Amino acid sequence: MKYKRTIGALLLFSLLLLAGCESSQQWGWYVVNPMVHRGRINLMFLLSGIPWTILLTICCVLISNALGFLISLLGLAEQRLPRMLYRAYVEVFRSIPPLVSIFWVYYGLPILIDVGLEPFAAGMIALSLYGSAFMAEIFRGGVQSIDRGQFEAAHTLGLGYLDTMRFVIFPQALRRALPAIGNQLVITLKMTSLVSVIGVSEVLRRGNELAVTEYRPLEIYSIVALQYLVLVLIVSAGVRKLEKRMGSDERQGGRSIAE
Amino acid sequence: MPEDPVVSMQSVNKWFGELQVLKDINLTVASGERVVICGPSGSGKSTLIRCLCELEKHQQGQILVDGKTLSSGPQRHPGQRGEVGMVFQQFNLFPHMTVLRNLTLAPMRVRKLPKGEAEALAMQYLERVRIPDQAHKLPAQLSGGQQQRVAIARSLCMQPRLMLFDEPTSALDPEMISEVLDTMIGLAEDGMTMICVTHEMGFAKRVADQMIFMDGGEIVEQAAPEKFFAKPDQARTRQFLSQILSH
Repeated sequence: MKYKRTIGALLLFSLLLLAGCESSQQWGWYVVNPMVHRGRINLMFLLSGIPWTILLTICCVLISNALGFLISLLGLAEQRLPRMLYRAYVEVFRSIPPLVSIFWVYYGLPILIDVGLEPFAAGMIALSLYGSAFMAEIFRGGVQSIDRGQFEAAHTLGLGYLDTMRFVIFPQALRRALPAIGNQLVITLKMTSLVSVIGVSEVLRRGNELAVTEYRPLEIYSIVALQYLVLVLIVSAGVRKLEKRMGSDERQGGRSIAE
Repeated sequence: MPEDPVVSMQSVNKWFGELQVLKDINLTVASGERVVICGPSGSGKSTLIRCLCELEKHQQGQILVDGKTLSSGPQRHPGQRGEVGMVFQQFNLFPHMTVLRNLTLAPMRVRKLPKGEAEALAMQYLERVRIPDQAHKLPAQLSGGQQQRVAIARSLCMQPRLMLFDEPTSALDPEMISEVLDTMIGLAEDGMTMICVTHEMGFAKRVADQMIFMDGGEIVEQAAPEKFFAKPDQARTRQFLSQILSH
């Protein structure tokens, strides 16, 4: 039963919702009832935020992974200067609350560079920079967890730095870092809700907009929460599947023996 | 005319911080010669051979390996390209690759051999260490002795002029030691130039041309095995030998 826990969680959540239906004093599910016209319209409106949330998550994950990877190379250098640059980058972008950096990029940056940014682009830049600091630390930790003997064996075989990293170190480091990367993926997905404040029509923004016209925040934010729950569960299941395939759970760091 | 030595070390000194780990090392190893180094832990024997494959840098003196001078300066140089094979105590196989891929990686990336040729070469050396049937397994699926033999084969695939062994049997269960030693004896009989750091004295008596005893960073005694085991000059050597041969 692979999806037992997923199904369980969803079941619990729906029970909670159903329990609310009984006492119509507090709950008024009619606002999102798909059986009636108005409810259907509202529900579709709420769901229309999902593509934006997914798109923003994908963009942020891709950029913060690529950027974090490049930055981590600085942190792995032998010389002092690149390592100091690395430290500075990580500390700066890790310390700024993502909401602050969203405001800074959206309202502040255009004054500096004289180019207006779309809300989506501003949110993407801010969250990617923020995420890249964490990704860089994850990659650096992964590489540094690899036994020195692996570098030494590669060196005595005559492999250069790039070949050593590409064929020997990174595949093992990535495998070890996968649980942390999956974690970061989930965090990024949820963090995209922050860009609602600058008007990107993602899941939370849709909820906000509907809540002020319908005056039914309880039901609407419940649906919003449910949407995040479903999205995160899908991502988690995907990460676990990938972990299994790459054998992150093997102590030797190798592929699954059963394969 | 005598051939140039494969290894020549002259007045080599090395420090780790304050601690001097190599003191005035002079050593010459001719082509085809087998040298066994023994000594207590911390005596500098591993450091010595690690200098020869550029895992460590010396600070004073001259080291020539295969006619090339190894730099003692701070600058990085491209390093040897697999001409010196090294076998580690902990095998250091690449755990995420099959045995075959472990063997073909360096020939393909460093020597630019096409895949087919590299695999043929790898299979040839796997035959030589007598485990061709394990080619498609992962290192973790092999016993310790088998892993060490794969590691030896991996070094041989680069067709080195010199093979270094850093306590190759110390991490092995007793019943697996002989299969690795047999492989090394076979290699010695084929005329490979070898420097082995080991406490396997039976192996040393059988293959060594030169025995070296190190202590405190210096070469205390250097002799042919007959003399080394029968009547060593130094009291420290006698004491060490009595300790490791008594059980």
